[in-house]
Amino acid sequence: MNTFAAPRVPDVVMNDPPSRSARAQETLSPTPAAERLKADVRGLNFFYPQRQALKNVNLPIPERTVTALIGPSGCGKSTLLRCFNRMHDLYPGNRYEGEIILQPSGVNILSPSVDPMEMRLRTGMVFQKPNPFPKSIFENVAYGLRLRFVNQRAVLAEKVEAALRSAALWDEVKDRLSQSAFKLSGGQQQRLCVARALATDPEILLLDEPTSALDPIATSRIEDMVYALKEQVTILIVTHNMEQAARMADYTAFMYLGELVERGATAQIFQNPHNPLTEKYLTGSFG
Amino acid sequence: MTDSARIIAYRKRQDWVFSAFGIASTAVGVATLAALLITLSIEGLPWLSLHFLTSNASHNAEKAGILTALVGTLYVMVVTFVTAVPLGVAAAVYLEEYAGRNWFANFIEINISNLAGVPSITYGLMALWLFGFMFGLESTVLVGGLTLAMLVLPIIIVTTREALRSIPNSIREAAYAAGATKWQTIRYHLLPYSLGGIATGTIIAMSRAIGETAPLIVIGAAGYVTRLPPPPIGATPPFVSFDWLHASFTVLPMQMFNWTSDPDPGLQQKAAATGLVLIVLTLSVNAAAIFLRYRVRRKLKW
Repeated sequence: MNTFAAPRVPDVVMNDPPSRSARAQETLSPTPAAERLKADVRGLNFFYPQRQALKNVNLPIPERTVTALIGPSGCGKSTLLRCFNRMHDLYPGNRYEGEIILQPSGVNILSPSVDPMEMRLRTGMVFQKPNPFPKSIFENVAYGLRLRFVNQRAVLAEKVEAALRSAALWDEVKDRLSQSAFKLSGGQQQRLCVARALATDPEILLLDEPTSALDPIATSRIEDMVYALKEQVTILIVTHNMEQAARMADYTAFMYLGELVERGATAQIFQNPHNPLTEKYLTGSFG
Repeated sequence: MTDSARIIAYRKRQDWVFSAFGIASTAVGVATLAALLITLSIEGLPWLSLHFLTSNASHNAEKAGILTALVGTLYVMVVTFVTAVPLGVAAAVYLEEYAGRNWFANFIEINISNLAGVPSITYGLMALWLFGFMFGLESTVLVGGLTLAMLVLPIIIVTTREALRSIPNSIREAAYAAGATKWQTIRYHLLPYSLGGIATGTIIAMSRAIGETAPLIVIGAAGYVTRLPPPPIGATPPFVSFDWLHASFTVLPMQMFNWTSDPDPGLQQKAAATGLVLIVLTLSVNAAAIFLRYRVRRKLKW
C-alpha cells in the first residue's frame, strides 16, 4: 500500500489506518483498552557531567502505540529519548540511575551489564536534522543490515525495498537507488533516515523532532508515515509541535525542568489536563 | 561642501589608501616569486634538457645531470610516504575518536602542534642520534626516508584531525545509533569521508619533504652520488629487491646545495636548473592537492 498517498484526514474511512475521529473516540475513554507495555521507565534520573537532566521519570510505553514527549526547550525530552538507545554512553561523564525495562525480555536497558551496542541494534533512531550518509540511497538503507553482516544481495534488496516502502519513499526512489542520498530533498532525506532505521526491524523507533527541519508538506508526509508505522513498531517521538502530538500520538507525556509532569491518553492531556502546569503550557502561557 | 559629504569623502580616501597599501603588499609577494623564477630561468633554463634529467652527477659541468638525485628523491619519498601516512592517520584517528578529553590528551595535542613548527634541522639531529648512534645505521635511503617521515608526521596528524573534525557529529551519531562499533564507524564512515582531507594533507607533507635539505645534511646524506640505488624490481627471482633501502642516496635539494658550493660557474647554473625542476615538482604536487580538495569539497557538502 502506498501510505504516503493516503489523505491526512481521510473522509472515506479506510481499513487501515482508522480515521482520526474514530481514534479520538477510542482514546477519550479514561482507560485505553488492553495496553501491553513495550517499555517501562522507572525512577529514571540522568546526569550530565555538570547537571541533572532527568528527575525521577516514570513512563510506561505501550506496545505498538505512538507516545509523544512534549515540553519547552531544555525540559529533558530529547535526553529521555536518547536513554532508550544509550546514546549518552558516547560522551564521557554521563550517568544513569533507575531503569528502563524492555518487554518482553524484561531486560533493563540502562544496566551497566547491557551492551549499549545491543540496545542500539534493537532500536532505530531518527534525528532532528536529516543525516543520511554520503552514500547511495540503497547503501544508506542497507547500512544497518551490513553492520549485522547481512550481505546476500537478494536479502538486502528485499529488506531495503520493504523499509523504503514502510517509509513511504519507495515510489520516489525505486529507479535511482544507486544515486547519492544527498540528491534527495530534505523531506525525502528524512524519510530515508526512517527507512534506514526500519530496515533492521527495530523493536522501538525513536524520533527526535523528526520534522523540525522540514516544510509543512514534508512534515505531513512524515506524520502520515509514522501514523501507519505504529502497526509494526512502538514509536516514541519528541516534538515541539503540539498539533503534531495531538494528530499522531496515542499517549502524550508533558515534561518540564527534567520532570515528567503528566502523562496520559493524548485526548485527555489536550482536553482535560490534570496538572495546572500542563494546561498552562498547552495554552501558551509559558514555554 | 556639506559635513556629511566631507565625511564620506574622507572615508572613501581611507578606503583608497588601504586598498593601495594592499595592492603594494601583494605586489611584493608576486614580484619576489617572479624574481625567483626569472633568475632561476636565466641561469638554469638553457641547461634544462633530457640529457640533464637522465645523466648522472659529474664534476664536468657539460656532462652533469640530476638522474641520481631525481631517483633518490623518488625512493626517499616512497619510504616517507609508506611510513608517515599510516602512522599519522592512525595517530590522528586515535586522538580524535578514541582519546578522551583529559589533561594527557591536551598535552599530546599541544606537543604535536608544536612539533609541526620545530626547525627541520633538529629532526636531523634526532635522526642522527637515533638511527646513527643508537642503531648504527649509515645514511641510506631508509634512514633518509624515516627522518623526513618524522618531520612530516605532525603535518599529517594535524590535517587528518582537521578532516575528521569537519565530519558533522550527526553522522557519527547516525552510525552509532544503528549499532555500529567505533571501528565500524571509523572504517565505513570517518575514514572514507575524510579521505580528501587526508590526501590533501599527505600531499602537502610530501611537497614539504621533497624540498628538505637540512636534516639530510645532518644525517650525512651525500650531495654527490654517481651511482643509482639498485632497482626494486629484478629480472631474476624473487624479482623484488629491497636493497635500494640500504643504498646511499642524494636528493634534488642536496644536489643543488652541492653544486652551489662549487666554484665552477657551469655547475652553479646546473644548480639553478635543478632548482627549476624542484619548483616544478613541488608546484605540481601542490596543484594536485588543490585539485583534490576542490573535488572532495564539491562532492561532500554537509
